Amino acid sequence: MRHETLYQQPLTATLAEHPYIEDFLSSFGLTVTVSNNSLEHYLDQLNPDLLEDLGLSREQLNRSLDDFLNGMLALRKPLDKIESLTIIGGRNKSGEEEHVELTLQPGEVTCIVGPTGSGKSRLLADIEWVAQGDTPTGRRILINDQVPDSQWRFSTEHKLVAQLSQNMNFVMDLTAEEFIQMHAESRLVTNPQEKVAHILEQANLLAGEQFRPDTPVTALSGGQSRALMIADMAFLSKSPIALIDEIENAGIDRKKALNLLIREEKIVLMATHDPILALMGDRRLVIKNGGIAKVIEANETERRNLQRLEEMDNQLLALRNRIRSGETLEQL
Amino acid sequence: MRFLTVSGPPSSGKTSVILRVIEALQARRHKIGVVKFDCLLTDDDALYAKKGVLVKKGLSGALCPDHYFVSNIEGCVTWGKENDCDYLISESAGLCNRCSPHINDITAVCVIDNLSGVNTPRKIGPMLKSADIVVITKGDIVSQAEREVFASRVKQVNPGAVIMNINGITGQGAFELTSLFESASDIDTLKGKTLRFSMPAALCSYCLGETRIGEEYQTGNVRKMDMEDNK
Repeated sequence: MRHETLYQQPLTATLAEHPYIEDFLSSFGLTVTVSNNSLEHYLDQLNPDLLEDLGLSREQLNRSLDDFLNGMLALRKPLDKIESLTIIGGRNKSGEEEHVELTLQPGEVTCIVGPTGSGKSRLLADIEWVAQGDTPTGRRILINDQVPDSQWRFSTEHKLVAQLSQNMNFVMDLTAEEFIQMHAESRLVTNPQEKVAHILEQANLLAGEQFRPDTPVTALSGGQSRALMIADMAFLSKSPIALIDEIENAGIDRKKALNLLIREEKIVLMATHDPILALMGDRRLVIKNGGIAKVIEANETERRNLQRLEEMDNQLLALRNRIRSGETLEQL
Repeated sequence: MRFLTVSGPPSSGKTSVILRVIEALQARRHKIGVVKFDCLLTDDDALYAKKGVLVKKGLSGALCPDHYFVSNIEGCVTWGKENDCDYLISESAGLCNRCSPHINDITAVCVIDNLSGVNTPRKIGPMLKSADIVVITKGDIVSQAEREVFASRVKQVNPGAVIMNINGITGQGAFELTSLFESASDIDTLKGKTLRFSMPAALCSYCLGETRIGEEYQTGNVRKMDMEDNK
């Protein structure tokens, strides 16, 4: 689809409505001189020798600009609401059937348990790929009880799944504030300033130790990085499904972190062996030999133990803080 | 025979990604050939041979690697065809960022990694900007937000491409990438095909072996930097 008005009206008007066009052109090494001429006129007057030096042809630039505008306009459209995600079982590594049909809803937390190599990542990948019997497990994934559009597979604007991996390194040379700002801009959020401030505030509530907006991301501790990424995932990511790979021992308030995601109405799947997180979940999928071997629904007896586990956890946390502040532990 | 050109900056993970795809293709009983282009030295052909695929190695030595590529690729396709390959994959590094091995009507893949920095996508020319599939690697090392920012920067310079995150170590995503390879261009010969973009040209005295520095030794296609300060 070509957006004729954008090409024909004065460039000033087009750039006012779509400021990211300027950034697009500059990423190809082109500079824009704002005038009353049209975008079409601007493109027509580009020197072919200059384009060749930039490794660019007029046709390719036109095609890319059209694709880019379509993508940006799609970002502005609200997502279809996701009310459920259904996993229909396939086979395990020995070819035995899984006999599972499981429906997950927004705000629910599903824990995935099982030893390393048992197939937890494959399950998460099946969901991300919206598998239709075309992966090694033969599983099928339905969204809102239907076979979803395959656009979910390749869309970068509307990703179905945001994945929080175990590694939390940053390679960008930016402050925490600049980093979240850049992420917000790439997602075209409205009033990014406000959103960025909110994310930093929430991240600080999760982190064991406070950090400032001007702290470089590369200087954040493991816990602070995780806190920042969880807050970012909750408030910036539009993806309705959150996959989390182990958030234990990370120096953050795990319960608050999880509640943040639940409150934002995400479907949360979490690979974890942490007893507190496992008991906070609505169910546990037990993965063995590449297949879902068992589904354990949360039960009251287990949940009653949650309080005790939290007390134990708080005791450990208090000891941690004493060590941090230079105290000794002769008296527990 | 399905043929694809895979390119990308040095050390971006091209070989790892191709190896993971080969495993998935072999599981589907396809015969695969790989042509590895490099400049001075490569041991990657041994890695491919270990997987039991047919390998051809091309070292450009003192020649421009991309000119060497384009003068040899037709022969490579014939070689793959004669050996009854179902798939032929060419792997070449884009060293100067302006060159690109991609050919019109041939599925073009560019591999780029998350660690290369957010400004890298805009610095790479047609190799990235005209690719059909962009594979982003090393995502396991950075955070979700950084992955998203990086992918959006790639999307900005090549909005028409399919962009995929692949982990070259664990193979996460490789299965999915393979399903795209299955609909790659199906050809018998490259005769008559054209490059997607012209290659950088020089043809100056240094191309012919000149080593001395100085105006008087420079002949042919020479371009000078503007040394005037901007006022």
